[in-house]
Amino acid sequence: MTPRVRFVQADGREREVETPVGISLMEIAKQRGIVGIVAQCGGACACATCHVYVDRAWTQQLPPPEDMEVGMLESAWEPRDNSRLSCQITMTAALDGLRVTVPARQV
Amino acid sequence: MSETIVIIGGGQAGAQAVDTLRREGYAQRLVLIGSEPELPYQRPPLSKKFLSGELAQERLWFRHRSFYDEHRAELVLGKTVTSLDPATRSVVVEDYGELRYDRLLLCLGASSRRLTCAGADLVGVHYLRDLQEANALRAEIRPGARVVIVGGGYIGLETAATCAKLGCSVKVLEMADRIMNRVVAPVVSTFFAAEHAKHGVEILVEARVAALAGRDRVEGVVCADGTVHAADFVVVGVGAEARTDLARAAGLACDNGIVVDEFCRTSDPAIYAAGDCTNHPSPRYGRRLRLESVDNAFEQAKAASQNLLGGAVVHDRVPWFWSDQFDSKLLIVGLSQGADRMVVRGDPAERSFSVCHFAGRELLALEAINHSKDYMAARKLIADRATLDPDRARDPSVPLKEAT
Repeated sequence: MTPRVRFVQADGREREVETPVGISLMEIAKQRGIVGIVAQCGGACACATCHVYVDRAWTQQLPPPEDMEVGMLESAWEPRDNSRLSCQITMTAALDGLRVTVPARQV
Repeated sequence: MSETIVIIGGGQAGAQAVDTLRREGYAQRLVLIGSEPELPYQRPPLSKKFLSGELAQERLWFRHRSFYDEHRAELVLGKTVTSLDPATRSVVVEDYGELRYDRLLLCLGASSRRLTCAGADLVGVHYLRDLQEANALRAEIRPGARVVIVGGGYIGLETAATCAKLGCSVKVLEMADRIMNRVVAPVVSTFFAAEHAKHGVEILVEARVAALAGRDRVEGVVCADGTVHAADFVVVGVGAEARTDLARAAGLACDNGIVVDEFCRTSDPAIYAAGDCTNHPSPRYGRRLRLESVDNAFEQAKAASQNLLGGAVVHDRVPWFWSDQFDSKLLIVGLSQGADRMVVRGDPAERSFSVCHFAGRELLALEAINHSKDYMAARKLIADRATLDPDRARDPSVPLKEAT
């Protein structure tokens, strides 16, 4: 079964999309034109413009961020304790039902 | 009256312009002409994860074809624009015909500077700027192959790292006395030289290439001092030049790039330009810049698109750049020209440090090595023209933004 992810876009609209596994949440968002995901660097963890808030129910189910990502998020736009860079989250079947919110701005 | 906007160039800037023009409400005809047959794609991975085989080709695309269909953008791919006539507002596209525009956006990019020495056109001499070149290079990479890389800049060093990871025996020939000499501080050059050495890459500095040797296929690189470096293939990364031929032939002002103003307008009022091909004024730096960077292409294309639709957006960004070599990430923000003091935060031996460039107390630029925290803090500080205490900034236990 194809996993599904729900994005609450920067414009407030919520969209559920089917996602392939093995690629990043950022790539899925770009392909589907999720509003608010900029992802300038294309997944190099160099720009912090694919920032999302992960629903609380899911934060523990993601592998923890590495130091580079933590450092990027610290000065992202309005970071919270559930902030992640979507380029660093690889989709797996276990993430079926994941819900994330795109902040109103990226930088 | 129906209108047409034509974008020439299918790189980062061209692809972004499609997005911005539609997002800003432009509803009429939109045509993007690209000289390569592929959908617009990201170039940075060509020397990194695409070259290593970790990223499949379709993962390079900015957008899938459905995006362009949904946004009613006509893609004319694999076609070259042979002429541009501003008087009749038309372009001629090879194997396609004439196309009239009301407004035109040039996103022509840059092309690799070529070697001109003897043997430069031998088989096995590679450049790396587009997918076709990346695929040709990939086909040569195999364990044990001897690779000589001419140029110790971003492209050369990233390619060196990828080739070394794939088991090649790699030598880098750099003309200057250190690698990446134009873009980073000496301490950063030293750090990356050591990283390369650790992975078996041999870096030779002050090495001047005199000729490439071989009958049909390249067999070695001959330096001015007479040394010969045997090679199964050669990769040349000696910089790039703005693509201006089309603009120049059309009579647009060009000078190390297509000359634009802060609104991305060329010398013709119906023609705008964005990305690596432009020579643009920077209000922040008080001088003209020509940048080869993803961020500049992206942001300038956004500004140009808004202005094509009647906006008055000034393109004035703090530039930033990145490079991945082995497992180290270099992040640079700002331009260090004019700096009078350099401060190193942290110990390079820890493999995570940063270099601050100050003019007086103003932070002009920062190079972060495996240190995203300082990099992100510096992006804000530099954008705000914040002043710091350089002596406090030297202490890595003090967060950069608190070093006032």
